[in-house]
Amino acid sequence: MRLMHKLGDWFDQRLQLGAPLRETMEHPIPRETASWAYVFGSAAMTVFGLQVVTGILLAMIYVPSAGEAWNSLQILNHQVSLGWFIRALHGWGSNFMLAIVLVHMVQVFLFGAYKFPRELTWILGIFLLLMTLGMAFTGQVLRFDQDAYWGLGIGASIASRVPVLGAPLVNLMLGGPIIAGATLSRFFALHVFVIPGLLMAFVGLHVLLVLKLGINEWPMPGRLVRRSDYLEKYHNLARTHGVPFMPYGVWKDAVFSGVILLFIAACALHFGPFGPSGQPDPRVIQTAPRPDFFFLWLYALLSLLPPALETPVLLIGPVLALIVLLGLPFVSGEGEKSWKRRPIAVLTILLVAVALGTFTNLASHTPWSPVMDAGTGTPIPAKFLSGRTPIQIQGALVFQAKQCHNCHAIGEGGGRRGPALDVVAVRLTEDQLVRQVLQGGGNMPAYGKNLNPAETTALVSFLETLHPAGQAPAHDASRTAGEQP
Amino acid sequence: MSVPGDFSRRQMFLKIAMLFNGVVGVFLGIPIVRYLLSPVTGGRKPGYESWISLGSVEQFPSGQTRLATYRNPIAQSSDGQTADIPCWVRHIDGGSFQVFAINCAHLGCPVRWFPQSGLFMCPCHGGAYYADGARASGPPERGLFEYKFKILDGKLHIQAGELPTPGSSARIHYITPSTGSPRCA
Repeated sequence: MRLMHKLGDWFDQRLQLGAPLRETMEHPIPRETASWAYVFGSAAMTVFGLQVVTGILLAMIYVPSAGEAWNSLQILNHQVSLGWFIRALHGWGSNFMLAIVLVHMVQVFLFGAYKFPRELTWILGIFLLLMTLGMAFTGQVLRFDQDAYWGLGIGASIASRVPVLGAPLVNLMLGGPIIAGATLSRFFALHVFVIPGLLMAFVGLHVLLVLKLGINEWPMPGRLVRRSDYLEKYHNLARTHGVPFMPYGVWKDAVFSGVILLFIAACALHFGPFGPSGQPDPRVIQTAPRPDFFFLWLYALLSLLPPALETPVLLIGPVLALIVLLGLPFVSGEGEKSWKRRPIAVLTILLVAVALGTFTNLASHTPWSPVMDAGTGTPIPAKFLSGRTPIQIQGALVFQAKQCHNCHAIGEGGGRRGPALDVVAVRLTEDQLVRQVLQGGGNMPAYGKNLNPAETTALVSFLETLHPAGQAPAHDASRTAGEQP
Repeated sequence: MSVPGDFSRRQMFLKIAMLFNGVVGVFLGIPIVRYLLSPVTGGRKPGYESWISLGSVEQFPSGQTRLATYRNPIAQSSDGQTADIPCWVRHIDGGSFQVFAINCAHLGCPVRWFPQSGLFMCPCHGGAYYADGARASGPPERGLFEYKFKILDGKLHIQAGELPTPGSSARIHYITPSTGSPRCA
């Protein structure tokens, strides 16, 4: 023990870090901030540490070459001892890191922590969020599988819509004319060197600012922030109602970080690593690419926006969002901090959460995508076929053979791109059905060129049978006008 | 502690040193920027596209649409399978062809051909196209991207080499099916 002390003294005499470190760790924080609500920032940093460690471990095996990356992931998953576990830790760590960063952001927003004098801390935080998202996207690319390949195509298509600079931007992003070896190499450089380096620098500044300016005090309704006297009030609060950061705040940070790491390990053990899915071979087109969880909302948005709005929303939306986030501390740098007196702040968070949640949920069952194999793989339930005439059965065959089922559900199965047809005969008359099938419209392709008259007649006579037992199908009143009732 | 006269002299040296480093920085910066921008031009005057053969015309029966693949004209050994690019070849009749890019004109996902319904469908966001590549429904704002083609010595050649995207589509020429395509023999 004495030897350890001596050794410690020897180093400290040279490094002279002991005193400033002790001062930092024991600096007074307002008593209420030693709270479980203040643990997310440190947890995000801990998970980032886990990502760095597992990332370095993966880089020892991973081959950043378009021809080899997928194989090296297979080797990690199946041949290297516990390679699958390190991959799973890295993948789940990524999800947890993003989730914790978002929770941290919501917490500091609701606690008014972005107000004077912590504007720069908030701005650095916004960039940290963007970098974390950047790490998630580039990491998904390094898992060089089908989803990564076509995901890059989507990224390139979005970049290409930038006016004037679109085409060069695509070349810059891909490192050449197509998604290939150069693309993976540059995403590797971004994921492993550029973004992590920036992240470390920004995390350092972010934490430095927290230490310099003091942790945001627990907001009390009615205690307003004013530039003129805030600093003095804060220092009084920290002096009179302060406790040392260590151990009052630190032990909760440590416990929470540990719990999070355990959760990540549990997810990694239970669910295993993410992918890789099929090989990144563009010739394999039987694929339905999907983004990772945190980009699913974007996937839904891209499917649901009206076509004409898409490019403006894609190009202007992120800029506006960034301006709003960066401008926030300057627009409302003073005033009320407590979320109890900031209903619009609370509603904004709820609105954004509900919107993102809804989009994410929609993207998990993609009602906008045709079910590509429904025509051959999903039969029409028997109850829609029994008791039908031969021509109606023939119509049901046309329905399957012409892939109508890919977009329209009958009973349980089938696509949901178009409306379900269980009771279509109640909505549309025979003539309207013929018109809709032949001419399309309302987001349905026209089938006039691909159905001969016999097929059309059969199909429509089948569709005419799709109505509830006790309810008559719609009919054109003009056809029977003048007839005796 | 500074000596007044000496101070301004050192100050001037510092300024000269900074100016010198600025010049060195620019000198090093130009090649770095050119290196970073190299994918935009690739150092090639005509761009990335060139004529490639998709194989004998007989592989594509009249009235049918079939998947063909080609090795991208610009490829490195490290590209692996990613440089093997598929495309849809529609043989209308005679020497009249349409060659479509595999990429949906919306966001680039691979479209699949359904001969029974005569539609190309996209698995991602639900875009659909008619047999001639025209937009049928869904989010795409235009028809499928179409490659220029010519028939040389009984082989179908297309002009390709770059990922077609909505932004770069100006370089991919759209040929209306009614007029047919110019044939170079």
